[in-house]
Amino acid sequence: MSQPLLQVKDLHTSFPTESGEVRAVNGINFSLQRGRVLGIVGESGSGKSVTAYSILRILDNPGKITKGEILFEDTDIVKLPQHQMRQIRGAKISIIFQDPMTSLNPVYTVGNQLTEAIRLHTNRNRQQAQERALEMLELVGVNEPHKRLKQYPYQLSGGMRQRVMIAMALACEPDIIIADEPTTALDVTIQAQILELMQELKEKLGMAIIMITHDLGVIAEMCDEIIVMYAGRVCERGTADEIFYNPRHEYTKGLLRSIPKMTASKERLTPIGGSPVDLLNMPKGCAFAARCDRAMKICLTEPPEEMVINPEHRAACWVNVKEGAMAQGGQHNG
Amino acid sequence: MAEHLLEVQGLKQHFPIKTGFMKTTMLKAVDGVSFTIDRGETLGLVGESGCGKTTVGRSLLRLYKPTAGSIKYHGEEISDQNIQGFRKQMQVVFQDPYSSLNPRMTVGDIVGEPLDIHKLYKTQKEREDKVDSLLELVGLNTDHKRRYAHEFSGGQRQRIGIARALAVDPEFIVCDEPVSALDVSIQAQIINTFEELQQRLGLAYLFIAHDLHVVHHMSRRIAVMYLGKIVEMAAADDVINQPMHPYTQSLISAIPIPDPKQARERHRIVLQGEVPSPLKVPSGCAFRNRCCWRQDICAEQTPELRELAPGHQVACWNPQMPK
Repeated sequence: MSQPLLQVKDLHTSFPTESGEVRAVNGINFSLQRGRVLGIVGESGSGKSVTAYSILRILDNPGKITKGEILFEDTDIVKLPQHQMRQIRGAKISIIFQDPMTSLNPVYTVGNQLTEAIRLHTNRNRQQAQERALEMLELVGVNEPHKRLKQYPYQLSGGMRQRVMIAMALACEPDIIIADEPTTALDVTIQAQILELMQELKEKLGMAIIMITHDLGVIAEMCDEIIVMYAGRVCERGTADEIFYNPRHEYTKGLLRSIPKMTASKERLTPIGGSPVDLLNMPKGCAFAARCDRAMKICLTEPPEEMVINPEHRAACWVNVKEGAMAQGGQHNG
Repeated sequence: MAEHLLEVQGLKQHFPIKTGFMKTTMLKAVDGVSFTIDRGETLGLVGESGCGKTTVGRSLLRLYKPTAGSIKYHGEEISDQNIQGFRKQMQVVFQDPYSSLNPRMTVGDIVGEPLDIHKLYKTQKEREDKVDSLLELVGLNTDHKRRYAHEFSGGQRQRIGIARALAVDPEFIVCDEPVSALDVSIQAQIINTFEELQQRLGLAYLFIAHDLHVVHHMSRRIAVMYLGKIVEMAAADDVINQPMHPYTQSLISAIPIPDPKQARERHRIVLQGEVPSPLKVPSGCAFRNRCCWRQDICAEQTPELRELAPGHQVACWNPQMPK
C-alpha cells in the first residue's frame, strides 16, 4: 500500500475547564489514503469534531493537543509554527463546516470571501482570482454565478450557502477536505444534491474526504472506511460493509439497531439505554460499559485494546475478545 | 362511521409580511389543509423546512388564529371563546428541548405548572404526588424534581417536556419534531416512550417531523406537505412503498439508506432547484417547477387532493400509478 496522505497517531486533545480537564479526544489513530472517503460517526460529545479541528489546529480556547502526532505528507502538523500552519490550512487541508448560516461572514459578499481564500493561497492576481471564483461556483452548481459573486450570504438559501462553502473549500485544490456534518442543517432533497455533488467532485478532482456525521445513512452512501467513535476513543473501524454487516462492538451494534428501518415491520426499536458519558468523569474501564447490556467485570476495570478481526476490521470490545476466544476454543475442541 | 377525534377542514393560515414601503404580501404558510385524526391514532406530517407543517400544529392549538377553515374536536367547533376548555385536552411537545423549558424553574414546577393553571389538585400533597407519578410515567427519577432543566441531557429534557404535556391528562398531543434534536441512540428511547404512552393512555398524536424513517415508524397514516398544501396522504406503508406524487417519490429516494449495498444499487431521483419562496408560489401546482412529469395543465390549475386508491389521496395532475 502506498504512503498514506494523513496519519493520526495517538492523538489526545483536551480542554482544561474550571470543573476539570475534559478529555475530548483520547488517543485515536487512523490514516487516510489519497482519494478515499473516511467516515467518522459518533454522537454529540464523542470527539469527532474535535478530531477535525485538531487536524487543522483550529481548536477553540482553551483546547490543546496534549499528545500525539498528525503526519501530513511526513510533516508533523502538531509541531508546525502558526505561519506554516496557515499555508496548509485552506490550501492543502480545508474544511466544510456544519452550519452554512453562521460560517460565512455576513458583511462581505460571496465573491469577496471566495477570492480572499484564492489570493491568499495561490499566486493569482485579483482578475484571475475572480475568474477562479466564478469557475468554482459553476463547478458546485450555483445558478447565475455572476450575480451570486456580488451577493451577501443572507441573500442565498441554505443549500446555496453550503455550495458556496464547498466552492471555498475546493478553490485551492486541497488534498484533503474535512466535511463536518455538511448536510445536517439541510433538507433531505437538498442533502441529496450536496452529497451527489461531493461524490462527483471527489471523482473529478481526486481528493480525500473525511466525512464527519452522526447520520449512518450518509455514511453508508459516501464512505469507503468508517471509524466509530465513543467518548473520545475509536471503538470500531473497518470498511463500510464490515461495519454495517458485521459490527463487533456493542456500541456499533446498538447504533445500528436503534435506527428505524422503512422496510421492516413496525416492531419496537431497541434503543441504547442510559445517557451519554460524562467526559469530566470518565470511567476507568470501557467508556461504554455503563450503557452496555453485555458488560462484564473486566469492562469496568480495564479499557479494551483494539483487536484485529480481519485485515479490514478492528474493534475495541472485551465482549468481542471473549467471543473470539470461545470461537477459537470451539474449533480446537471440534 | 364513528366520530373523529379531530376534524380539520380547509385550514388556512396566512401571515402578512411587509415586502416594501406600505406594501404587504400574504405569506400563505398553510393554504387549505384538511385531515382527520381518530382516537388513539398517529398521523405523521412530513415535509421540508418552510412547508408549513409546524404552522399546522400551532394553528390546531390556536397558538395562531387561523385565517380560515374549521377545526372540530369531538365534533365541536373550536373557537376563540371556548379554546380554554380544549387546552386541557390538546397539548404540545416542542422540537427544541433546550429552549422550551424555563431555565429558572425546577423540573417539579415545570411539570406542575399546567396543574396549577387548570386547578387540578386540592392539596399540595396531591400536587406533589401527581408530579411524581408524571415523572415516573416518562421514565425520570422523582428525585430530579428539585433540579433545573440545564442539569439534564437532551433526551431527559425531552422527557420533561413530555411529562409537562401529559400533566393535564390530554387525549391529543401535537409532537413538533420531538426527536430531531437528539442523538440516534437517544432518539430511539424517546420514540419508544411515545409509543408506550400511546398504548397505555390511548393518546392520539399529530407527529410532525422531517425524518421519514421516524415518521413511518410512528404513524398509521402519513400526510406529505409541500408549500402549505398536503400533496399526498395515505397509510404509512403505502406512502413509503407506493408513493404516487412525484414530490413524495423524490423525497423518499433522497433519504440516505443506512445500508451500503442498497445505497450503491438504488436509483435516486435528485430534484432540480430548491423550494420556491412561499411569497412567490408558482401558479397552479406549487411543485411544477421542480417536477419531471409536468404538463401544461399544471401551470393553469391547482390540483386538488383526490382519492386514487382506497385511502390513498394525491394532489397531482399526472400521478405515477404503482406498477
